[in-house]
Amino acid sequence: MTEIPVEHGLLFAAALFCIGLVGVLVRRNLVFMLMSLELMLNATAFVFVLGGALHGNADGQVMFVMILTLAAAEVAVGLALVVHLYHRHRSLDADRLDVMKG
Amino acid sequence: MLIWLLLVPVLAAVLMPVAEGWRRDGSRWLSLVALGLQALLLLPLGSDGGTWWLESRTDWLPLLGIGWHLGLDGLSYLLLWLTVALGIVSVLISWREIRQRVAFFHCNLLLSVAGIVGVFLALDLFLFFVFWELMLIPMVLLIAIWGHDNRHYAATKFFIFTQASSLLMLIAILGLAFAHRAQTGVISFDRDDLLQLQLSPVLAHWLMLGFFVAFAVKLPMVPLHTWLPDAHTEAPTAGSVMLAAILLKTGAYGLLRFSLPLFPEASAAFAPVAMTLGVLGILYGAKLAFAQHDMKRLVAYTSVSHMGFVLLGIYALNGMALQGAVMQMLAHGFSTAALFIVVGMLYERWHTRDLRQLGGLWTRLPRLSGFTMLFALASLGLPGLANFVAEFLILAGAFQRTWPLTAVAALGLVGAALYSLLLVQRSLWGAAKPAAGAPDCSRREWLVLGALALALVWFGLHPQPVLELVREPLLRVLDAPLAHSGVELSSSWLSLRGRGL
Amino acid sequence: MGAWLAWIPLLPLLSSLTLLLLGRRLDERGAALFGVGSVALAALLSLVAILLFVVSDGTAWGGQALSWFSALGLEVGFSLYFDGLTAVMVGVITGVGLLIHLYSVAYMSGDDGFARFFAYLNLFVAMMLILVLAGDFLLLYLGWEGVGLCSFLLIGFWYRVPENGYAARKAFVVTRVGDVALALGLLILVQQFGTLLIQDSVGQAQLLWADSDWPFWVALLLLGGAVGKSAQLPLQTWLPDAMAGPTPVSALIHAATMVTAGVYLIARTQGIFLLAPDVLQLVQLVGGLTLFLAACSALVQQDLKRILAYSTISQIGYMFFALGAGAFSAAVFHLMTHAFFKALLFLAAGQVILSLHHEQDIRRMGGLLRPMPFSALCFAIGCAALAALPFTSGFYSKDAILLQAYAHGGAGIAWWLALAGAGVTALYSLRLFVRLFLGECHTAPTPDNRWPMRWPLALLCLLALFGALIPQPLSDVFVSVPAGEQHVSWAVHLAVLLMPWLGLALGLWLLLRGEDLRRRFAGGILARVWRTGWGFDALYNALLVQPLSLLARLNRRDLLDLPVGFLAWLSRTCHQGLSRLQNGRLRQYVAGIVWGALLVLAVVL
Repeated sequence: MTEIPVEHGLLFAAALFCIGLVGVLVRRNLVFMLMSLELMLNATAFVFVLGGALHGNADGQVMFVMILTLAAAEVAVGLALVVHLYHRHRSLDADRLDVMKG
Repeated sequence: MLIWLLLVPVLAAVLMPVAEGWRRDGSRWLSLVALGLQALLLLPLGSDGGTWWLESRTDWLPLLGIGWHLGLDGLSYLLLWLTVALGIVSVLISWREIRQRVAFFHCNLLLSVAGIVGVFLALDLFLFFVFWELMLIPMVLLIAIWGHDNRHYAATKFFIFTQASSLLMLIAILGLAFAHRAQTGVISFDRDDLLQLQLSPVLAHWLMLGFFVAFAVKLPMVPLHTWLPDAHTEAPTAGSVMLAAILLKTGAYGLLRFSLPLFPEASAAFAPVAMTLGVLGILYGAKLAFAQHDMKRLVAYTSVSHMGFVLLGIYALNGMALQGAVMQMLAHGFSTAALFIVVGMLYERWHTRDLRQLGGLWTRLPRLSGFTMLFALASLGLPGLANFVAEFLILAGAFQRTWPLTAVAALGLVGAALYSLLLVQRSLWGAAKPAAGAPDCSRREWLVLGALALALVWFGLHPQPVLELVREPLLRVLDAPLAHSGVELSSSWLSLRGRGL
Repeated sequence: MGAWLAWIPLLPLLSSLTLLLLGRRLDERGAALFGVGSVALAALLSLVAILLFVVSDGTAWGGQALSWFSALGLEVGFSLYFDGLTAVMVGVITGVGLLIHLYSVAYMSGDDGFARFFAYLNLFVAMMLILVLAGDFLLLYLGWEGVGLCSFLLIGFWYRVPENGYAARKAFVVTRVGDVALALGLLILVQQFGTLLIQDSVGQAQLLWADSDWPFWVALLLLGGAVGKSAQLPLQTWLPDAMAGPTPVSALIHAATMVTAGVYLIARTQGIFLLAPDVLQLVQLVGGLTLFLAACSALVQQDLKRILAYSTISQIGYMFFALGAGAFSAAVFHLMTHAFFKALLFLAAGQVILSLHHEQDIRRMGGLLRPMPFSALCFAIGCAALAALPFTSGFYSKDAILLQAYAHGGAGIAWWLALAGAGVTALYSLRLFVRLFLGECHTAPTPDNRWPMRWPLALLCLLALFGALIPQPLSDVFVSVPAGEQHVSWAVHLAVLLMPWLGLALGLWLLLRGEDLRRRFAGGILARVWRTGWGFDALYNALLVQPLSLLARLNRRDLLDLPVGFLAWLSRTCHQGLSRLQNGRLRQYVAGIVWGALLVLAVVL
């Protein structure tokens, strides 16, 4: 089995992260922003797995499972908020929700 | 005994709502009773020959060397009387002016009095600081709640000025306490302990500056005076009276009680600067007073000018000037408070303090005008009234230190004539401008103004009781380095003492 | 002698307090009773004191009635001192004061401030008596400022007219400048001797200051106080304006008594001045210049009372000149005679002014001889004494001044000025009399036949004529200054004697022949400068008043508040700037995070 170089994995993670980041920045719909956020989380999680594999250590995979659960919880709460906001404002445009500033 | 002097106003303040529930003017009467009780407590006190007439010392936070240490001597005794007397005056003059939240007003007034009494009694620096803050907060509330149009600005300014400066004092106090630990291994905030400290000149200089700034803001000293005109102008009359007559005196008291004895050498070295600033204040205050249209603001700036004399007298560092400075504190307390009261009475009648709209009051209110004339004359330092004795002693004392500065300071007398007579001319003389029909002094007003006038004349012709009271404490201020430290004193310090006595 | 002397000033003081407190409840008769009665009693007591003093062969008496205060290093008491000089002053103050009080009862009758007037006037008498009786410099200072206060109150007595207020304030502030100098002089005495007792400190000065700079400074500062109070150069500008007060006030305060306080002060501290010959010369020069400049100004004034005011400045100039020349007793002698004839002139002027319904402009007067013969007589006597015509009181005193001054110092510039001044004095006296009483009558005066006003005038007429006969017990007061080598030749005598006649002759010639010259002169620049008192007012206005009030106006809002205001502005601006960042746009926050992270990365890498 040919080893995949670590650099490739990292590059992939970085690309994934950037896609997510750009998504958060350019999308205005809250749902899509949440999805992009998921993408970024997964990119991070991937780096953990990569690190675990590199060092022959299970901790990376443990962290991955942990992030997965966290992401699930986060998405659950986030989606609940999104639904609620939609009820309130009839819109999911992040820029029109700036009335929520402190 | 001493604790009761503090507790009486605090208890009365707590009982205010009850008194208000009892009858309509209940809180006013309760305040009078409380202040009267304080006066009764003060009445039998006298010197027994020792340093302190009365002293009480209890542990408070022994771990940090903080004690509940109070002491009363002639200086504090005099200022306590001033506090009680002007406190009573403040209650009396608010009788008609304050109509909203009366109980809360008197609660603040009495708490402020309690704080001031504490300041005049405390001998533990931490305790002193606590009282210093305690007297400030109710005062800010008095201005912010019952003041005139621009009251929030004035109250905030007052608060920030005093708070920022007392922060410096706190740092200096902590510095002293740690210096004490460094030297003896025990931390202590007690004045007696701290007097024994031997500080390096540099440290003493900086710590002295910390105290000086805090006291100078309160005094107030130019250029740190700018809170005063605003606070005075916007405060209700009682607030102005308390500020001018008593609160400013805490600054001078602090200098006499703490700054000079704790840092004798540093203070002596700093004296030329302080005296120059005092003279600057005399002239600058007079000049600004001269320019004002707002009668209350005018009186406020005269305060700056008069307190400049106090600063000059204190840092002249000889017996005559110190006695003069204390006399000036008293005289300024009476004369300026009286002028503020007059302005308040005019405002009550015509709702204006603008000198351009007043005028010819002698036609309208001959009695009140007579009083105003007398107070204005006191303010310009007419011989026979209390301010003259004070100013002459200060100048005579300061002259022995530095004649050029004193000559410049004496020009302040011309300035005083200018602004006082301008006040007389613009408000009392000329064609009668305000509408007719306002009543002349009521009996209550007559009582207040008459008492203040009597005090000014009495202390002008017979200031001896005051000078006697403060003679010993002031000599101790000058003596402090001799009594408490074994170090060789600089010859200049000794010669200063020698010349003044 | 004894502490009962204190009652001399106390009586008018008490009466003044009574009138101030109860004045509104008293009618005119009651107020007058208090006002005049107290001064009459004081005069009686003074008379007793003076007689006792003379009987006891002129031994000075000094004592302390009560202690005022004793501070650390300075003790001051209400101490009194009575010697020949005090006797003269007390006599003049209570005597002339009593006559003027009597006169005022009629003069002020009907004024709504009648009681107030007498309260102030009594207060003035009390303060003036304190000034001259004081054995302590600080008590003297109390009287000194006290008379200044009364002067202020009485100049502004008719307070509804704004101009009176300005004149009053000007008078007080200008004299206060002098007072500050005096106070500084006292501070030197405190520093050097630790006492303010007049006799002690003067005595110590003579013992200890034989050759030091101190006498120069002290004398100079005392002179500063004296020129302020006595309206001499350079602080003379307040007196002409002070004429805004009621005429009896001008007579009592601004002619007979208060303005001579400076002369009294210098005479009292002779011991110090003798140690400072330079200052004494300065006194002489100040006196000489003032007397001449003021006499010129008096020559061209149009206002009756201003003429008399400038004349007063000029006559006090003579006193200063005499003091400076070392002729101390001549100065005090002239002080007394001047009090008589100038009070007479002012009171007579008051009568004229009252009869003409408060008209003071001499251009609208004239021909009053027929309707007002009594006033004319008073004026004639007063002017004659003022001009120092022979056998009037003014003649003896002015003669004494000029001759003694010559004997002491010869004919210096000040002496020539004084001699010329005598001529100018005669000239303006003549002009005054002619303008008022000769010529055509333009007005319809009410007759001047009020007896309560007439008989004080009659007494003053007698005093102005024969007052020089009153002996002055001054021989023990002044150290006799050794007369110089100057031999007073007959030519000097003749010049002094003839100078007033020369002035009169010039005046008569101008009157009869010099119509053209007079008109040209009156329109000329010199007359205009003289009329404004040599432009001192304009000068001080431009140099002091304008810059100071401009400065005050510019800085009304207190520039020192600006840094504080700047701090407040700064924190508020920062607050606004930072709060703008928190705009609620989620995506901008994220962008902020990204840029921040990139920045950190850039820095780290």
